[in-house]
Amino acid sequence: MFIEIMEILSKLAIPFMIVGIILYGIIRNIKVYESFMEGAKDGITTAIRIIPSFVAMLVAIGVFRESGAMDMLIKLFSPLIELFKIPGEVVPMIFMRPLSGSGAQGIMSELIKNHGPESLIGRTAAVMMGSSETTFYILAVYFGSVSIKKYRHALSAGLIADLVGLVSAVYVARIFFG
Amino acid sequence: MINAIWAALIIIGFIVGAITGNLDNVTASAIQNAKGAVELAIGLIGVMALWLGIMKIAEDSGLIRGVSKLLKPIMILLFPDVPADHPAMGAMIMNISANILGLGNAATPFGLKAMEELQKLNRRKDTATDAMVTFLAINTSSVTLIPASTIAILSSAGATNPTEIVGPTIVATTISTITAIIAAKTLQRLPKYQIKKVKGKGGKVECSLK
Repeated sequence: MFIEIMEILSKLAIPFMIVGIILYGIIRNIKVYESFMEGAKDGITTAIRIIPSFVAMLVAIGVFRESGAMDMLIKLFSPLIELFKIPGEVVPMIFMRPLSGSGAQGIMSELIKNHGPESLIGRTAAVMMGSSETTFYILAVYFGSVSIKKYRHALSAGLIADLVGLVSAVYVARIFFG
Repeated sequence: MINAIWAALIIIGFIVGAITGNLDNVTASAIQNAKGAVELAIGLIGVMALWLGIMKIAEDSGLIRGVSKLLKPIMILLFPDVPADHPAMGAMIMNISANILGLGNAATPFGLKAMEELQKLNRRKDTATDAMVTFLAINTSSVTLIPASTIAILSSAGATNPTEIVGPTIVATTISTITAIIAAKTLQRLPKYQIKKVKGKGGKVECSLK
């Protein structure tokens, strides 16, 4: 029930937002076209401004993954993480999720394919995927867009939340599907 | 911090690539990703223009101010340093709502706009403010209620009821978001992360990082 409502809401959200906002603007006597143009101009400069951090981050993460360094890092830390009763198969998700969204999605797809979409491993990977975001990428792009160089506690806070979120995803999946 | 991590990723990557005899692929992936990054950003231009255009209408018509007023108690709690009627609040509300609905495409423009507005309040332009860190902590912990692409992958792999992961995902992402907020709010008090306020010349307050 809740899921159906959310799905409908997701589908209707964009048309509703666009039409609703424009209508409200007209009611309030706003020159909607001119306002839109002004905002859109902003959008273009912002998109251009994030290109350098996009390139920097995607190249670094791509090199790290392609070289096999990522796999080494995962192998190195696997025994430590397995102490928390986390199945070895999903450990790579913990490392990949904060770094690369497409990488984590690749690992998840592979686990779902090899273990089956109804297996505990497959479902655990799916829950892990949704429990967190690509912290490194978000920080680099968002801070990069306004030229912030000192992140202070942003990375620590992001990574603590990732770790807690990903580990609890494993336990939550076990409670729901185990 | 970011300097060290970024350099380490690249240097370690190339060294490992050289050792494992994988250097060609590593080089190719560097070039490929550089190209891909620009394509991604270019693809974003249209979407950014659309959403920031729509948001500007919402701003000019006073709609965002209205919504902000409604959510004021929560927003003030999360971002005590941002004035309740500042445009940053509106942009952050739009970003978080878009994320909750799973509209990633709309969330990014609002998020970048929020950073721009928060930066206007920032007295030390190269250093993150508490509000920025809290805002990004919420973003990096994912607040999406319906993981649409994951559901699609599960269903194409033959899952009979792929939406069953929604419940546990909401539980897990709620835990991670609450952790993110607590972590951001706690860490900002640590001496290591304090922005020290020092009185500058002529009574002007300047901030410096310890």
